[in-house]
Amino acid sequence: MAALDEMKMRDGVDRETVETVQSMAGTYKHGWETDIEMDFAPKGLNEDIVKLISSKNNEPEWLLEWRLQAYRRWLTMESPDWAMLDIAEIDYQEQYYYAKPKSMAEKPKSLDDVDPKLLETYEKLGIPLKEQMLLAGVEGAEEGRKVAVDAVFDSVSLGTTFQKELAAAGVIFCSISEAVEKHPELVKRYLGSVVPQNDNYFAALNSAVFSDGSFVYIPAGVRCPMELSTYFRINAENTGQFERTLIIAEKGSYVSYLEGCTAPKRDTSQLHAAVVEIVVLEDAEVKYSTVQNWFPGDENGKGGIYNFVTKRADCREDRAKVSWTQVETGSAITWKYPSCILRGDDTQGEFYSIAIANNWQQADTGTKMVHLGKNSRSRIVSKGISAGQAQNTYRGLVSMHPKATNSRNYTQCDSLLIGDKCGAHTVPYIEVRNASSRVEHEATTSKVDDDQLFYCRSRGMDEEEAVALVVNGFCKEVLQELPMEFAMEAQALVAISLEGSVG
Amino acid sequence: MLEIKNLHAELEEDSEVKILKGVSLSIKPGEVHAIMGPNGSGKSTLSYVLSGRDGYEVTEGSATLDGADLLEMDPEERAAAGLFLAFQYPVEIPGVGNMTFLRTAVNAQRKARGEEELSAGDFLKVIRAKAKDLQIDADMLKRPVNVGFSGGEKKRNEILQMAMLEPKMCILDETDSGLDVDAMKLVSDGVNALRDAGRSFLVITHYQRLLDHIVPDVVHILSEGRIIKTGGPELALEVERNGYADLMAEANP
Ligand SMILES: Nc1ncnc2c1ncn2[C@@H]1O[C@H](COP(=O)(O)OP(=O)(O)O)[C@@H](O)[C@H]1O
Ligand SMILES: [Mg+2]
Repeated sequence: MAALDEMKMRDGVDRETVETVQSMAGTYKHGWETDIEMDFAPKGLNEDIVKLISSKNNEPEWLLEWRLQAYRRWLTMESPDWAMLDIAEIDYQEQYYYAKPKSMAEKPKSLDDVDPKLLETYEKLGIPLKEQMLLAGVEGAEEGRKVAVDAVFDSVSLGTTFQKELAAAGVIFCSISEAVEKHPELVKRYLGSVVPQNDNYFAALNSAVFSDGSFVYIPAGVRCPMELSTYFRINAENTGQFERTLIIAEKGSYVSYLEGCTAPKRDTSQLHAAVVEIVVLEDAEVKYSTVQNWFPGDENGKGGIYNFVTKRADCREDRAKVSWTQVETGSAITWKYPSCILRGDDTQGEFYSIAIANNWQQADTGTKMVHLGKNSRSRIVSKGISAGQAQNTYRGLVSMHPKATNSRNYTQCDSLLIGDKCGAHTVPYIEVRNASSRVEHEATTSKVDDDQLFYCRSRGMDEEEAVALVVNGFCKEVLQELPMEFAMEAQALVAISLEGSVG
Repeated sequence: MLEIKNLHAELEEDSEVKILKGVSLSIKPGEVHAIMGPNGSGKSTLSYVLSGRDGYEVTEGSATLDGADLLEMDPEERAAAGLFLAFQYPVEIPGVGNMTFLRTAVNAQRKARGEEELSAGDFLKVIRAKAKDLQIDADMLKRPVNVGFSGGEKKRNEILQMAMLEPKMCILDETDSGLDVDAMKLVSDGVNALRDAGRSFLVITHYQRLLDHIVPDVVHILSEGRIIKTGGPELALEVERNGYADLMAEANP
């Protein structure tokens, strides 16, 4: 009966989902705003703003120079237009590039000293900032688990939990601004080593104006004793968020990192341009999971986050392994291609993605698997769901370089359409430059099946419940890659983000 | 329990295709009725119209369950009211565990009726016992709904759903097709175990042999969208011996 007992948990997950969905009737759940006094940098972007951001973070001279160099490069670059996205012109001078709660002017010594209003924000979002065991909330899951959290509010990190316990294991988990102060040698060595400043337009912009983000360092041979996570909250209006995350996994280490994002409902669109760099050394493994739930805009396509993200992992040495799992439900525009550079021999890269676009959302997302080392392996599983008037594109590159002999890629790309006004597109780029490597690509497009919905309804589920169940089934292969708590959240989100898509 | 009066139905997208042309029948609590008829006579359409599938237009007549107008309800409301259809062709739902599906269904119905939801533990206890009776193993409960199930497994799974949902009006659409003798016995035992003074059955079948196991109170012969003859179990034997031709000739001289 072992199988049945295992199922008890999974089953619990799904019931939980349905309950959560029912309790969250209504659409975007995180659309409220925290009323708080903010310090803004003057509107617009120029070298003085870059200098101001750098000085607010007490940065060393080399970093300011690095930012200015990026800024100057950005000025010479153009916004990419190859994605299947219809984007209104962005006026970069109409944005604020730095917003910090006034109460954070003096850096709090610990989370206990942080403005209660800010702490309340995270409580309301359901994010634990107390160092407590996180119960999975699932029947049958007896043991609680610890999850360390870095809470980033607009341009600043409020604080990071479990730092002491992590430090005892040799793990560094803090905001990137804190890392610049306390571990400058690590930051200097790795910053921009995976995503160079001029990699692309948005990476250059981020390099110039990034304000905060998370820093993770796992020493050689250490298995990080708990999950690490960062929650990004955009609160201030007309303010871009430009976070920068840097993860370094030394030889033989392991870490699982989670990232969550939300923002208030606003009529005007907001810019988010992040960069995530991951360095994976010999025999190390990093799992990176994202549940992206930025405000998607309203049902008429007004407002929403413009999400331009560059995420890349460098499997720099032999047998390094990285896995990206993303659930992209939010944002008006998603431009995002978490990638793996499989540089070492026998390296492995994985990309599991669920991208949901409803109403007027546009998503152009996928991955790049660049095979440089021998016997490298990659696997891509992409599930795109389109509803309403939305457009959803999978764009993926698999490249086998001449030296990457005996390498393998498997790509599976499934699209699901709900209704007949939305679109799904699959754009694979495949380059194989050696004779012994193999690339497999499978793609399907289907509609939510009326017979499936009727079958569910004839058993008593209402239409939205039926759609949620069928769509969650469609996404199963990706959902099961997520840590338990995230899987539950993601299942609920899948249901919520499809509300109003049927009937 | 179930009252069908002069029911007329045609295809929604093509009103030329009239399928049901005045079906009437009345099933009392505890009764088992069988509907037999040649392929294409409208048996499945009747079951779909009763359970609320899209694609059919009811142009005349009525159908009520314990006095409540079925035709006004959404499919899920009919289910919560106690109607169940064992599908002729059960639908596959990839990625959704059989257990998850059933538990979602059971709790959706309980909720609709204002009852407390079943806890994971209680649900598990009940489903294990019922699955065992139908020789459904743990693996089959775990696999995605109907995906890769054999014909017989699909039909047993329909009966498991019925046993879990405890409906009061059960419609079985050709549950016997594709079953070997042993599986037929399992399924029939499953159905007979549910027979009860408060529960009625409408058993649609093409062959008489199922009715050896599930003995009906009343047998109707459906032909070209009309019930052309109603009788006792002996009517099924007559069909078995002589086929439908004589009965049809009798009805349309
Ligand atoms: N969705 C449909 N589209 C076209 N024809 C249909 C449809 N549903 C039923 N029919 C037609 O209606 C008649 C009755 O079908 P059905 O109810 O499946 O019969 P039975 O179950 O008795 O074999 C058949 O002629 C069939 O072709
Ligand atoms: Mg039929």
